[in-house]
Parts: sequence; C-alpha cells; structure tokens
Amino acid sequence: MLRRAGPSLRHFLLERKSSAGYSSYSSEAKMSRPVQARRLEGIDKNIWVEFVKLAATYSTVNLGQGFPDFPPPDFLQKAFVRALSGENHMLHQYTRAFGHPPLVKILAQFFGKLLGRDLDPMTNVMVTVGAYQALFCCFQAFVDEGDEVIIIEPFFDCYEPMVKMAGGMPVFVPLRPKAPKDGKLMSSADWHLDPAELASKFSERTKAIVLNSPNNPLGKVFSRGELELIADLCVKHDVLCISDEVYEWLVYDGKEHIRIASLQGMWDRTVTIGSAGKSFSATGWKVGWTVGPNRLLQHLRTVHQNSVYHCATVAQEAVAQGFQRELELYGKPESYFIQLPKELQQKRDWLVQSLGAVGMKPIIPEGTYFLVADISEFKSDVPDVPDSDEPYDSRFAKWMVKNKGLAAIPLSAFYCGAHKNNYNHFIRFCFAKEEATLKAANDILQKWKREKTSP
Amino acid sequence: MLFASRSFCCLGIRTYQLRTDLLSRSIKLSASATMTFRHKNTRRIEGLDSNVWVEFTKVAADPSIVNLGQGLPDISPPDYVKEELAKAAAVDRLNQYTRGFGHPSLVKALSQVYERVCGRKIDPFTDILVTVGAYGSLFSTIQALIEEGDEVIIIEPFYDCYEPMVKMAGAKPVFIPLRYKNDRNSASSADWVLDPVELANKFNSKTKAIILNTPHNPIGKVFTREELQVIADLCIKHDTLCISDEVYEWLVYKGNKHIKIATLPGMWERTVTIGSAGKTYSVTGWKLGWSIGPQNLIKHLQVVHQNTLYTCPTPLQEALAQAFWIDYKRMDDPDCYFYSLSRELESKRDRMAQLLQGAGLKPVIPDGGYFMIVDVSTLNVDLSDVDEKQPYDYKFVKWMITSKKLSAIPLSAFCGPETKRQFEKYIRFCFIKKNSTLDAAEVILKNWNKQTA
Repeated sequence: MLRRAGPSLRHFLLERKSSAGYSSYSSEAKMSRPVQARRLEGIDKNIWVEFVKLAATYSTVNLGQGFPDFPPPDFLQKAFVRALSGENHMLHQYTRAFGHPPLVKILAQFFGKLLGRDLDPMTNVMVTVGAYQALFCCFQAFVDEGDEVIIIEPFFDCYEPMVKMAGGMPVFVPLRPKAPKDGKLMSSADWHLDPAELASKFSERTKAIVLNSPNNPLGKVFSRGELELIADLCVKHDVLCISDEVYEWLVYDGKEHIRIASLQGMWDRTVTIGSAGKSFSATGWKVGWTVGPNRLLQHLRTVHQNSVYHCATVAQEAVAQGFQRELELYGKPESYFIQLPKELQQKRDWLVQSLGAVGMKPIIPEGTYFLVADISEFKSDVPDVPDSDEPYDSRFAKWMVKNKGLAAIPLSAFYCGAHKNNYNHFIRFCFAKEEATLKAANDILQKWKREKTSP
Repeated sequence: MLFASRSFCCLGIRTYQLRTDLLSRSIKLSASATMTFRHKNTRRIEGLDSNVWVEFTKVAADPSIVNLGQGLPDISPPDYVKEELAKAAAVDRLNQYTRGFGHPSLVKALSQVYERVCGRKIDPFTDILVTVGAYGSLFSTIQALIEEGDEVIIIEPFYDCYEPMVKMAGAKPVFIPLRYKNDRNSASSADWVLDPVELANKFNSKTKAIILNTPHNPIGKVFTREELQVIADLCIKHDTLCISDEVYEWLVYKGNKHIKIATLPGMWERTVTIGSAGKTYSVTGWKLGWSIGPQNLIKHLQVVHQNTLYTCPTPLQEALAQAFWIDYKRMDDPDCYFYSLSRELESKRDRMAQLLQGAGLKPVIPDGGYFMIVDVSTLNVDLSDVDEKQPYDYKFVKWMITSKKLSAIPLSAFCGPETKRQFEKYIRFCFIKKNSTLDAAEVILKNWNKQTA
C-alpha cells in the first residue's frame, strides 16, 4: 500500500540515483535543450503586447488597438443580460462544442442567403473564440511542415506567426501603392496586387492563401476583378483560401463587400471567417465563426475539440439574438449592419480632414475602421536613425504616444521582418471612437502642428 | 432564392451575384468531380477526430433521459456570480478587448487567492495566464512545452483530452494505470493507487512531463502528500515537468485535503497548476481557466496564447474577478462558496452512492470531484449480441440510455489502448445534479430489475 511505502521507497530511489551517472545524464540531456517547444521559435514577439502597454501607460487619446470606445448596441447588451439572468440557468453551462445551436442555426440562415446556398448549421458553421481562434484552427488544420502560405502585405500581424507555429512557410506578396492622378487624396483602392507578381508566388508547395477583405490595416475592399484573379490562381493551383472577412459590414461610399466563397470554384476550397466583435462592436465577447464546406470544417472541428473545445455560452446566445434581429431588419435603415458603417463613414471623413489639416497624408480607407496616414512630413520631430534596427514608423509611434499622448500603430507592424522598412513612414489610426475622442485627437494634432510651425 | 434576391436589392448587394452563382454551381459540380482534391488535414490531427463527448452528448441530448453523463452541473451558479456578470456587462469598456494574458482585476484576484493557498508570492502578470477553460490551459501548456521526441506520462484513467493533446504536440503518451488495491469492504477512490516501481520505470531521459489530475476525474481520488511526494521525487530526479490539473481543487470531502504538488520542495519551478472557473463556481459555460506557475514556464504558455486566441472574454473575466474577491474575503468562513459547494456535493455523493448500492451495485466512493465510478459487470447484462467492436462499457451505456433512460459515460473512454479491457466494466456517473434529477435517477435505479415494457 503506497501510503506505508514512504521510507523504503525513498531509500530505493536514492539507491537508483547513485548508480553510474543515470540521473545526471538525463538531467544534462534535458538541460541542453530549452524547456519550450521548437514551434515557439520566432513567434514570441508581439506588437500588441508592447503597444497596448504603451497606450495604457501614456496615452490620453487611444487610436491604436482596434476596438470601439463606444458600447455595443442596446439590443445586444439586453440580449446578454436576458441570457445570463433568465430562467434558463443552463446557459451558464457548456453548450454544443462546435457552436451553440441557436447561433449556428441563425448563422447558417444568414450566410446561406448571402452566399446563395443552403447551409447546414451543424456541418457548415463552427463557432470560435473570436475570429482569431478561427484563424488558428485553419492553420493548424491545413498547414503542415513545409507548406507555403501566401500572405498579402500589409497583413493583420497574427497570420505570420500562426503559419510559422504550424511549421509552414509564409510567402509574402505586397499591395503596391500607385499615386492617384490630379492631386487627389490616396485611397486604399490605389493599392494593388501585381497580377504577375501574385502568380509567381504560387508553387506546388502552396497550401493556402490568406485573404483579408476589407483589409486591416489599409482598409482596402478587394474588387470583384481582384478577387477573381485570386480565385483563378487558387483553382489553377488547387490552393485553399482562408478568407478573413471580419470587417464585412464596414464598407463605405456604396462599395460592395464581395465574398470570395461565392465565386466560381471557390466554395469547396474556402473557409470564410467572421466576427461578432467587429459586427456588433463587442470585441470583448470573443465570438467568431467559420463558414465553409464540411470537408474543410470537419478538420477545423478536430482542432477545436482538441484545443478549446467549447466557447462561452451566454455570449453565443446573445449574438444569436443579435443576428435574429439583423435578419429581420436586413436591408432596412434600422439594421445595425447599415447604421454602423454609416456612422463610421462620418468618423472616417472627420479623421481624414483632421489629419489632412495638420500635414499627415491619410489614405482614405474603403472599409474597416482603420485609416493609414503618411507621416513623412512630421519627420522633423523624430529624426532618422540610420542603421537602426527599429523601423522609423515604430520609433515615431512610440515617440508620439509618450510625448503627445496619442496612440497609433506603425504600419511596419503589418509587414514581415524583411519588408518592415519598405513602408516605414505610415501609421494606422482606429476611428471607431466617440466624437469626443476624435475631437481630442484633433486637438492634440492641431497643437502639435502649431508647435512645429512656430519658431 | 427569389426571397433572398428581393431583400438584397435595397442594400445594393447585387442580385446578379446570386444568379451567376446558380449558373456557376452547375458548372462547378462537373468541375469538382474531376478536380484533384489534395486538401487533406495536417498530420498533427490525424486520428484525433473522434471524441467520446461528441458521441455521447448527442445521444443523451434527449430531454427524457436522466443525464448523469457529461460533467456539468444542472444546479444554478450562486446568485452573486450571475449578478457580477450583469454588472460587468453594463460597463461599456468591459465589452471590448482586455489584456491578452488575463484581465488585470482577475489575475490580481487569482494571485491573492492562490498566494494564500500556496503560501508563496505569485506575480499576477508573469506567473498567471487566463485561458478558455482549464481545457485551454492544458492546450497552452502542452503546446508550449511538449514536442516531437518527448514522452509524457499520463495516469489512467485520465480526462480524455490529455492523450490527443499530447499526440497533437507530436509527443508520445506513456500510460500508467491506477490499480485497485482493496483491503477494506467498501470501495473508495483511495483504494486506487500507483505502483511506485511501475511508475519509476515509466520515467526516462525522454520524459518531458507527467500529467497529474487531483482530485481525479473520473475516480475521484485525492492524492495524498505521500503519493505526491513519490511523483515529485521522480520529477526532480529526471528533471521532468509536472502539469497539474486541479480543476476540482475545492471539491474534497470530509477527511481529505487537497494538496498542491507545486508546494512540495523542488516542485514550484517545474509545475504548471491549472484551475477552472467552471468547476469552482458551477459555471462550466463561462469557459475560463488559468495556469499558474513560475515565470520561466508561464511565459511560454503566454506565447502560445497570443498566437492562438489572444485574449479571453472581458465581461466574464471581470465578473469572475469580483466573485473571487467576495469569496477571498471569507476564506476563513464556512460560508465561502469553495467550502459550501463541497458540503452540498458531499451529501449528493452520499445519496448517489446509496442509490447505486440499492440497485445492487458497488460504487467507488470518491474522496473528491463530482464523479463516481461503478462496476456494472455484476448486473450481468448480456450484450454479446450487440454487433459492435466497441468495449463493453460503451455498449452498456448505450443500452442503459435506450432501455433505462439513464445516461453515464463509459470508463474505457478514459484509458489508453492497453488498459481499455481493464476498465470496460466501469461507468462514470456525475452527481452535481439538482435534487429532482437525482430523484429521477432514484426511480430508475429502484426499478432496475423490473422488466421494461
């Protein structure tokens, strides 16, 4: 009986320890290796950890990390409270692992209509902990050691480390700006993929391409022609498409968000990712989803059931009710998916004016709630440091938050290491902010401009 | 289709998209038949697709079945916990992203509670990671610290996710069973023990970690200090990590004490201790858990976390923090939920045991946790005509669900391939159930021997 084995067992162990170098060999073999797994190599740095901390410490106006400073809509918050306090206290317990039934049902209905096909809520939809975890499931499910994954720059920064953690090789292809004619302000639409360059990135090792439209950080909304270009290559090379469409509702100026999964040959090879955080201004709820064919989603389910398994129930219940409302109001002016982009467009225009007035050159985004501005003319405050490891815009953004209290994110954060200095004089602002916040940002910028121009 | 196109007109999402799609689909159908489909899953998830829960939760979802299978309470969480969530949701900024590695007020509350329990300083920012359930902590720990070439010791029976998670990390699970040693009349979880020689033989230079689960699911064993010392000695000798799944840490019954292996000498620096809000506060649907350990280990879990889901839901974390503060302040008071829940469950445990004994069964009385296992072979239910290659307990539970309207979980789901035969006569009942559920179970068990219509 183990309980009585104490002293004799310890004696036994001591004896074994003293025998010819057994224990010291095993300790050495372990100590010569780092404790952490190799899959973590090169993915430990994270821009947000640093910039979120800086913003928390120094900023008075935070236009950095992408989240609204206004609350989610009333109807959604009410749905949340109903779910948590209602008679059905089982909403505080596990729900179905691959997605709370009311939520997957409404998502299947909603996206079925948008994609023009019948979706089975149980097999064509999976709920995840934010779109972030959806991306993780995709890479873990489909990217093996040696697989190549095409990433369009600038990109939401997690794509690269996620591909690496899966043992894959990221292959980058940049959006390239073409200055608009007639002295017009640049738009995100002026950034394009070079078709020949894109085609050259596809090889027999290419497993997937990551598409993000509307694009964070630029705000580009890929046109039908551009999506067809990508689709043709996917079909030709039999490549998967991971389509990050979290900003699908945030499109401006009457532009259309086109879902690549609806293009010819694409449904079978595309996983479409969405986010309640972005759709309903509730980033802290961390509810996302994937939509796609069962033969792809089955593998996402395997990753999901072996990593987080369930997502929180109450938030899913509330989001389901939110979508129910949006389905009923679809296309009507009261729809949140119509009101939100309308409000955000005004804020976008306001910020564009604000930045333009002080000499920062905004690139007008067609979508998302981000705006990238060229800061070349502000260089005087933060001098160039030749041979610096850190890209200019990163040093600028840090200087700006520490000295002016205004937080933004350097564009180089959205480029791979080798390309960080290609576009290093742009910073990204988030304009999903209350009027008061944008006004305060404007005050900082105006004051800054005055300080620069006065002797 | 027509309805869809009408409702889309107003928004400007063009209807031609749907029309061309209808046409392209017919073209696609013929194209896909000839397309070479090389979109296979990755090697890391090969063979990890099946899962006992997916199978059994579906079967037991029928509301006419008394569900003592999956481990989730059907009792309500305490009112103050729900109230804190309502309060948190009403604060605008608490509906947006919080700190990735854990909401500040939560990690601070956790550090206070566990500093008190462990008797050592715990830095809320470097020694703690908040995850999506303890499940997420297990995943983060294994992905952070385990890789191809490593061996991980798993004690059987085990919470079923350990094996696929170790495999997904490319490592080899090495199993060691708890063995029943009876020197008393009534079976207790304490009678299930590890053979120290057998355990020692499982350790070698490749052993990266051992996964410990105490209180243990499914048996309910609460490892004693001496038993933990045996494991600790081996960990130290072989420089092995310890992943300590302690989700049921508060649910220990009279005469037992939950001891944290991380508090044993030489263990803090090599142990990641995992806890669960779901089990602590009866809110499994909140899916919040945490990993606590030394910075040099936790930092790697944080790297995994920032590359998997980045941050956990904010309002839930805030509410949990507030609940912890409430109970932290009364940790000397018997009304503290950590102790009151345990008392409530002890009486349910005793009732469950009586019910099973009344049906002629001999349950293993757990010292902790909210599960109870029982050997059903004594009922002599002949299932040899059931034409499946499944182990006896799988067949028994399925038969019990259909013919007795009572569900449980087969124990062989919690075993490695070699041990399945050893445990296939056991099934697991969950007793964190409200009285009416246990009443319904009582009816079934009392009538067990009567013929079904």
